[in-house]
Amino acid sequence: MDGIHDLGGKHGFGEVVREPNEPAFHERWEAVVFALSGAVGAAGVMRNVDQFRHAVERIDPVAYLDHGYYGRWLGGIENLLVEAGLLTQREIDDRVQRSGGVLGRVAARPSSAPDRVDYAPEGLEAQRPLSTVPSFRVGDAVVTQGAPCAGHTRLPAYARGKRGEVTAWHGGWIFPDANAHGQGERPAHLYTISFPGKTLWGAGAEPATSVSLDLFEPYLEKVAPS
Amino acid sequence: MSEAKPQALRAEALESILIERGLLKAEAVDEVIALFNERIGPMNGAQVVVKAWRDPDFKARLLADGTEAIKPFDFSGGQVDKLVVVENTPNVHNVVVCTLCSCYPWALLGLPPRWYKDPAYRSRVVREPRAVLKEFGVELDEGTEVRVWDSSAEIRYLVLPQVPEDAADLSEQALLDRVSRDAMIGVAL
Repeated sequence: MDGIHDLGGKHGFGEVVREPNEPAFHERWEAVVFALSGAVGAAGVMRNVDQFRHAVERIDPVAYLDHGYYGRWLGGIENLLVEAGLLTQREIDDRVQRSGGVLGRVAARPSSAPDRVDYAPEGLEAQRPLSTVPSFRVGDAVVTQGAPCAGHTRLPAYARGKRGEVTAWHGGWIFPDANAHGQGERPAHLYTISFPGKTLWGAGAEPATSVSLDLFEPYLEKVAPS
Repeated sequence: MSEAKPQALRAEALESILIERGLLKAEAVDEVIALFNERIGPMNGAQVVVKAWRDPDFKARLLADGTEAIKPFDFSGGQVDKLVVVENTPNVHNVVVCTLCSCYPWALLGLPPRWYKDPAYRSRVVREPRAVLKEFGVELDEGTEVRVWDSSAEIRYLVLPQVPEDAADLSEQALLDRVSRDAMIGVAL
């Protein structure tokens, strides 16, 4: 989806702000959110990481930028809990207000017609050996899919419709675009594709730079090398 | 009332509801904090780097198949399905990002720093890696190739920094102290 999460190449965010001797968690609530992510996993509300990433992508875009990493996770977790029918946003609102707190902007945007992921993963790992022959070989020139898609994808917008070179083949892996939506694991061959900076950013690209992405076979088409 | 952020209050509200429903253990939060403060952090990745600096056979295996090479370390907490180690040389500098979320090799480096997850780094390092690296204090020759690795699937990347010139004179501990988290992400040397 063309969400706010797809940040690669966006202008305007300014300098990277660093913090010396940063702790693992800055405030207790960040660890709370981390623990909540484990709880929704254990409760079967979050069945796989692709579903979780998509739940985060679907939060309020303003909150995405404003609430920080754990605020984004919180929004994703609330999406999944509410969509599964385990609780309502009203219940959470009431609990916040009962403690004397202000609601503020709420990150979650639960869908009224959510996808159902009704199967458990076959294991912790995402690799799935495939018996099909990979369509591309190291050294092949490929072009990435140009059209955006409405659902979850791991092809960033900045690398759409771009020509790159296969630099590695990694075998079969769960296809996130299907798995996030409960459409099965549908394993696909995975490749590392290297794109020259100029291909991605045009004449203004910094010299002698490249970006490598790990992309699934359904994103790719072969082109004749020039 | 306090100045707690709305998202903090909301997280704690959810915590209390899920504890009441029996979906979250009351001690789960303390366990998470202890895990990442004590057991998982960049010290794990540093052990891998120093072993590669001191042992050429290990380095060769690490670069050929990172997943297999780090198995004997038995790192826990945060899965790395497949590890790819990319080597810095006098001619090539590598830097790692996840533009779509914030994928990071937790088992080797712990939880990512805030800047790694923030929009500024995620948006800029793919488009202008040299400018970002300069802000981090990394000055590269114009001829040095910069390779950015955007972690778009479940493969995790670790940068193997160049071995210090005085490595032969240094103890293992001194070498471990030389390996920074930032160097293993690729934003320091």
